[in-house]
Amino acid sequence: MRVAILRYPGTWSERDFQHALSLVPGVESDILWHEDADLAGFDAAVVPGGFTYGDYVRAGAIAKISPATRELRRFADAGKLVLGSCNGFQILCEAGLLPGALVRNRGLEFRCDWVHLRVESDRTPWTTGLGGAILRMPIAHGEGCWVADDETLADVESRGQVVFRYTDERGGATAAANPNGSLANIAGVCNEGRNVVGLMPHPERCSEALLGGTDGYRVLANLAPALAGTAPALYR
Amino acid sequence: MTFVATIRVLPKSEVRDPQGEAIRGALRSLGLAVSDVRTGKEIVVTFEAADEMAARESVRLMGTELLANPVIEDYAYELEQLDARAGKASFEPAPVDDVVYGERKRTSQG
Repeated sequence: MRVAILRYPGTWSERDFQHALSLVPGVESDILWHEDADLAGFDAAVVPGGFTYGDYVRAGAIAKISPATRELRRFADAGKLVLGSCNGFQILCEAGLLPGALVRNRGLEFRCDWVHLRVESDRTPWTTGLGGAILRMPIAHGEGCWVADDETLADVESRGQVVFRYTDERGGATAAANPNGSLANIAGVCNEGRNVVGLMPHPERCSEALLGGTDGYRVLANLAPALAGTAPALYR
Repeated sequence: MTFVATIRVLPKSEVRDPQGEAIRGALRSLGLAVSDVRTGKEIVVTFEAADEMAARESVRLMGTELLANPVIEDYAYELEQLDARAGKASFEPAPVDDVVYGERKRTSQG
């Protein structure tokens, strides 16, 4: 399994992703600069977090017209696996690869915290075997409030495209558990083809015990399907 | 020909604008009867185009591909043609028409 990690100007989580993916047996990853990203030969692509292009215009807006994003669109259309986290999620929404958009947090403040997420759908390559699981992951964003018009929201819900929802530790999708005002507590969605998934939290920052949590590993370990079910990686 | 487009981007009416809400609260604290505030941005682009029709086509591309996200924002613009004969500082007024994006039409604010 070869994974491409895309790096745009201002991406900051690409090395964290590379480290986290190195913990997954059978996964090799390469960091690709956005101007010459060629995804031929890769099985999956990750769009990491950061502040690409300084969040100018809108978070992810300028990255949307980078050559890497055009390549990513072809890659996704071919059914290959794509995961976007934080700014990567914003880029995928801006590019139209995922429904909705991410706007300023309702309380206006930047949220840097640990949150709980309920896995709403195990019918994506990234959440196989995790249906209903409550995961604990860090967030760090100022513009993570997921919004969509009523029709899009209804479609996303009815088609099972909601992949992650902010909840309390018992799985209750309460207002208090919603860190940014996202509609219906939505923390992550997938496309209709279910091969592209985006979420605001950072699975790469909770993939080993030293970092305070291993639930991110449970998502990334899906890239090694033959080995799924292996124990979360410990610090090594 | 050189054109100057002044492009205004605002959140759609159904999208919450927390910055606008914060400004509304601050203006009310000044004792003003402020009922609503919407915040957006204005982007001024100077560019070359063969004629006015091509210029408008360029502005639409700017609006839909980068400057506004149709999921959450509307945009409108005013277009002026820079008159080379009159010198750089002067603009020759060109007809102003606002883009209708989505279902709402905005009127020019001048």
